[in-house]
Amino acid sequence: MTHKLSIEELELKAVDIRKDIIKMLEHAGSGHSAGPLGLTDIFTALYFDVLKFNPKKPDWDQRDILLLSNGHCVPVQYAAMAHAGYFEAKELMTLRQYGSRLQGHPERTKLPGLENTSGPLGCGLSQACGMSLAMRMNNDLHRWIYVVMGDGEINEGNVWEAAMLANKYRLNNITAIIDRNNIQIDGPTEDVMPLEDLKHKWEAFGWHVIDIDGNNIESVIDALTMSRAIVEKPVMIIAHTIPGKGVDFMEFDFHWHGAPPNKEQAKKALKELRTLQGKIRSEHE
Amino acid sequence: MSAMHLQDIHGTLEKMPIRKGFGRGLVQAGKDNQNVVAACADLTESTQMHLFRDEFPDRYVEIGIAEQNLVTVGSGMAAMGKIPFVSSYAAFSPGRNWEQIRTTICLNQQPVKIVGSHAGISVGPDGATHQMLEDIALMRVLPGMVVIAPGDSIEAEKATRALAADTKRPGYLRLAREATPILTTDKTPFEIGKAYVYAHGADITVITTGTMTYHALMAAEQLFKEGIDLEVVHVPTIKPLDAATIVQSVQKTKRVITAEEAQIAGGLGGAVAELLGEECPVPMKRIGMRDRFGESGKPDELMEKFGLTAKHIALAAHEMMS
Repeated sequence: MTHKLSIEELELKAVDIRKDIIKMLEHAGSGHSAGPLGLTDIFTALYFDVLKFNPKKPDWDQRDILLLSNGHCVPVQYAAMAHAGYFEAKELMTLRQYGSRLQGHPERTKLPGLENTSGPLGCGLSQACGMSLAMRMNNDLHRWIYVVMGDGEINEGNVWEAAMLANKYRLNNITAIIDRNNIQIDGPTEDVMPLEDLKHKWEAFGWHVIDIDGNNIESVIDALTMSRAIVEKPVMIIAHTIPGKGVDFMEFDFHWHGAPPNKEQAKKALKELRTLQGKIRSEHE
Repeated sequence: MSAMHLQDIHGTLEKMPIRKGFGRGLVQAGKDNQNVVAACADLTESTQMHLFRDEFPDRYVEIGIAEQNLVTVGSGMAAMGKIPFVSSYAAFSPGRNWEQIRTTICLNQQPVKIVGSHAGISVGPDGATHQMLEDIALMRVLPGMVVIAPGDSIEAEKATRALAADTKRPGYLRLAREATPILTTDKTPFEIGKAYVYAHGADITVITTGTMTYHALMAAEQLFKEGIDLEVVHVPTIKPLDAATIVQSVQKTKRVITAEEAQIAGGLGGAVAELLGEECPVPMKRIGMRDRFGESGKPDELMEKFGLTAKHIALAAHEMMS
């Protein structure tokens, strides 16, 4: 990128990405709404401030790695990638359709720029460990690996196996981000399978933990930047987010975890996003 | 037989666990290619990976008792250009971590080599929990996965080096625990995807993999004296299956017996039945585990009890010819 965007510009970018998510999901007729909308500020920070990458050379050997472990949230990644120049925005409307590179859950081999194939939960952190170990073997010490995970996802035992390994080998070029939105398919996370005390769990596993407001882009960038300064441990950012963020009738409602908006709902959602939830008047109205 | 450069089975054959050949082969593969790396789930010596660990400590990762992590870490290393060999007992890997193998290795097209030691009934006293019999079926159904069950330690060494040189595809290497007669020599051919006619015969094709090839050759010796002429086709690579060699043999003999130390459902017997059902249907018997688990005992006792010896192959051949 030629110049860094200001926080205000990043916030507007996030609005555009959210609008694309709504359009994509409405057009696809299936998919997950709450997670991608909640993660939008994090993905905006990653793709437009933090990550080192080249959309024209997705396999550039000095790029940072971003692993989306909770693959069902991939609409936000596709939208961010389109805005970042990996492909044209019109391709977003092929999400989940026959012949599309934008599979319902991300497939590395289908779309250049994706680093892994995910959907079945709990594997991203382990893959990050493998990548970090391989980078160390290659004496390739200046690249960073970011892993985005769901909070419900860490019900999976595989995650804790990886947590132990990252601590053992002090894999300090891994920054993981838990999307702490407190919902999973069957309901609130603390009803389905309590995760708290989440911060102390990760600390007990040897990680440096940073707690942030995951819908505040400035906080996200600060935490991601700080994570690179923590050299003695891998870093876990617990990003508290609002599921469905930006669309009033979706916020905090676990029913939107795995559902797309219909035409009417999408129209309403887009209007809300255009006006920043009524805070500004849209020129297009 | 001479073209195969086999040992003379009339003599006393030296015995060695098949897994030892893997251990040697991995060290060699590590010397051949610095991108070959290894990880193990707390069974380094059992799986013979300690040889690689001691030779290349910086290219070895000890994962602990965590087989899901074992293969997913392997996926990550492969994504960074490595050729990872990841080992455990077959009962745990691929027994416990099949979905991780499916998604992060096969669908994700990463060339991770999964090494399952202590496969088959000949594990013996450890009992049914540790006698992995379903691994061939589990790995064979995964798109793109290569599945190899070497017949002795020398072939295991060659298979390991061949898998390391096969840099695009994932693979599964099935190893037995017990000392197994060394049938082959350094000159015996091995190539991924090839089956080999170890004994020529006209009456019945016996198709075997892993430890059962030795038993089939013994059965062929005995039956020759009894007037039945077996053709023994050794199939170290169960996937991709060498359809041409198998079909060519069966077209000649018109009868087939398969033998394996695994569940016949989905195993070598299943694979050959699928092939011949479409290409060359002939009378067929399958020797292997029939929808049941093993139990504790000495390897020989168990092979006898579950009908996995030369004697049982001979019996099946007699039934087929009568």
